[in-house]
Amino acid sequence: MNKTVLLVGVGGQGTILAGKVLAQVALNLNLDVKMSEIHGMAQRGGSVVTQIKMGEKIHSPMIEVGEADDIISFEKLEAQRYLALLKPGGNIVYNDYEIAPMTVITGAAPYPDDIEENLNKAAGEVKKIPAYQMAEELGNIRTLNIILLGYVAQSWGEIDKEVWLDAIRVTVPSRFIDLNIEAFERGYNY
Amino acid sequence: MSKVLLSGNEAIARGAYEAGVHLAVAYPGTPSTEILESITQYPEIISQWGSNEKVAFETALGGSFGGGRTIVSMKHVGVNVAADPLFSLAYTGVTGGFVLVSADDPSMHSSQNEQDNRLYAHFAKIGLLEPANSQECKDFVKLAFQLSETFDMPFMVRITTRVAHTKGLVSLDEPIKKEILPYEKNFPKNVTLPANARRLRVSLEERLQKLKEYNETSPINKMEMNDQTIGIITSGISYHYVKEAIPHASILKLGSTNPLPLNLISQFAQQVEELWVVEELEPFMETQISAANIPCIGSSGCIPFYGKDLLPRIGELSPTILKDKILGITPAQPVLDPQSPIRPPVLCPGCPHRSVFHLLRDLRAIVTGDIGCYTLGALSPLDSIDTTICMGASIPMAMGIEKVHPELAEKLVAVIGDSTFFHSGMTGLVDAVYNGYTGTVMILDNRITAMTGHQQNPGTGLHLDGQEAPNIDIENIVKALGVKRVQTLDAYDLDELKDAIRTEMKTREISVIIVKRECALISTTLTGKYHVIADNCVACKACLRIGCPAISFNGVHTVIDPTLCVGCGVCIQLCRFGAIVKDVN
Repeated sequence: MNKTVLLVGVGGQGTILAGKVLAQVALNLNLDVKMSEIHGMAQRGGSVVTQIKMGEKIHSPMIEVGEADDIISFEKLEAQRYLALLKPGGNIVYNDYEIAPMTVITGAAPYPDDIEENLNKAAGEVKKIPAYQMAEELGNIRTLNIILLGYVAQSWGEIDKEVWLDAIRVTVPSRFIDLNIEAFERGYNY
Repeated sequence: MSKVLLSGNEAIARGAYEAGVHLAVAYPGTPSTEILESITQYPEIISQWGSNEKVAFETALGGSFGGGRTIVSMKHVGVNVAADPLFSLAYTGVTGGFVLVSADDPSMHSSQNEQDNRLYAHFAKIGLLEPANSQECKDFVKLAFQLSETFDMPFMVRITTRVAHTKGLVSLDEPIKKEILPYEKNFPKNVTLPANARRLRVSLEERLQKLKEYNETSPINKMEMNDQTIGIITSGISYHYVKEAIPHASILKLGSTNPLPLNLISQFAQQVEELWVVEELEPFMETQISAANIPCIGSSGCIPFYGKDLLPRIGELSPTILKDKILGITPAQPVLDPQSPIRPPVLCPGCPHRSVFHLLRDLRAIVTGDIGCYTLGALSPLDSIDTTICMGASIPMAMGIEKVHPELAEKLVAVIGDSTFFHSGMTGLVDAVYNGYTGTVMILDNRITAMTGHQQNPGTGLHLDGQEAPNIDIENIVKALGVKRVQTLDAYDLDELKDAIRTEMKTREISVIIVKRECALISTTLTGKYHVIADNCVACKACLRIGCPAISFNGVHTVIDPTLCVGCGVCIQLCRFGAIVKDVN
């Protein structure tokens, strides 16, 4: 199995933890894996991207134009920002939530209103998930990363669910395991 | 043993542990910071933050002279700061093994330049290893300690951002137990008086020659012969780009690259019909290969030789670039690439730096900046920093501007963070007092080294491992350095801060304002959130001028995102219509 996955969002949203779970899934499947996260300057608020490639043998950690099987986006605009990297017919899962970048706050640019249209044009399948509300219902907005991952697990189908749950148990701090497994289930069953 | 997923930085830490390292020191800097942070999980290693890279280097140097194995890590520009002891250590050589990790940042993901520090290894005449992935990070660090002791010289392990921040599979080994050697005084070796230095200079060339001979047959310099119509010499992460882009090529992968194994390279060149050097940034290997005339050494005349004439010298390489330039495969075009408004990094909600830059902009100050989160005060809508060069430059630069433009004295403000002040700000401040700077200095003390991810520093009262440390008071230092006008204010009180800045700018005497408030991300005092009463908001947008990511305008009135607001209350001081109020709960 080969998978090339881009996790994108806004700094502070928890893309890195989701990436670690995915990488652990690869590890559990005895695949080679590389996970590359380039942090920008700020602790928070900038555009962040984590790249994961798993398969027989992985050389370059980079995901380039037209290479991503899946884009998992924690924010709507960020899904569009990395569209060029999506493989033709690739899939997009995104959190239906808008965070205005500073360029929008200062009035230098509008928040685009044609994002859904663009995503649908470029991708094979686009899934919009109200992960923010779902996480709020769970009582912890930080679980939105695992909710999104839960949906991805279900949509891929080919990896046994237990493998994902194991990966969560290994990756997440022990006091948050139950909460994250519940988050995973809600995404999985969405 | 089992395989685990480690970043390059974590693997370097593991390598240090397995090599039986005794002392690890660093100054934080992206992409190197996690090396020392990861080392703290091995209590066998004494680890500490240095106040700057030179201090960290010299501490590790002392540890090596004392007979311990020592490692010091820093970002590429940190090596500029540590360069002075580096060049002398090359002369003296080591006692315990000494490894310097230089984390370079091609493409400048979070740096002010993209210097190629392999040139430092060449310049300083020391060993140089270039791991390509996490496994090699671990293995090469262990090897570097052995080589450092064998060849009596410091070794640089040079990584790049992609290597540092990519997690990959690593197999672990048991650590070796290395005893610290007894301390021995060694005048001819460890005192670089000219008479000694002249002898050490000769021995340095001898040591380098021996290392070159080793490099010719080193197990980490190896040929992977394949299709011989194309031969590629490469090192570091570029190796993986070559493997992905041109899997059929014959490759000479070099892990130990100073001095270059020119005989091995020449053997390789004679087996291929076309020779490429694929390396990021500078033509470090290419220039030397060219100077040795290697492409023309074979019996059948010169073979085609390519490098930076076709490959970019700027930024990171990638498989796509290599396919394009070497194989002539046109890069894939995106199916759709719509314009998206950029999302620049921003000062966080509640950041104590925000009020300072809001006021400096409104007071039309000329602001010389420094390196830290507060560099973001240069961006819109705060737009208030005029210069950013390097760690510690803010205060001397403000003075330099005053020297050539005395009429601007009342506009000059140098801005520097707490960690940067300890790093290299204090010397500049002494100089400014001594040489009569009359402008203002603001020390933005957010009680942590924030930008690199919250590291302790001499002003935080804690060590790297969380143990209590002497808490060095900035106000006392400033007074001791000879500044008479010093005050410490709260970042969240706009009126008080504005009065103080205005007064000190007008005063023709050096003055220091310390703005003290802990980073919002580690704050234990922030409580509550604010919201906008829509009916009271007149859409004047005054609150938007502070550039808080939590505050935006919905077309009718401003709104505060409750998931982002941390309750600093700076925005409420800007609203003259009582439209922003604290949540009641």
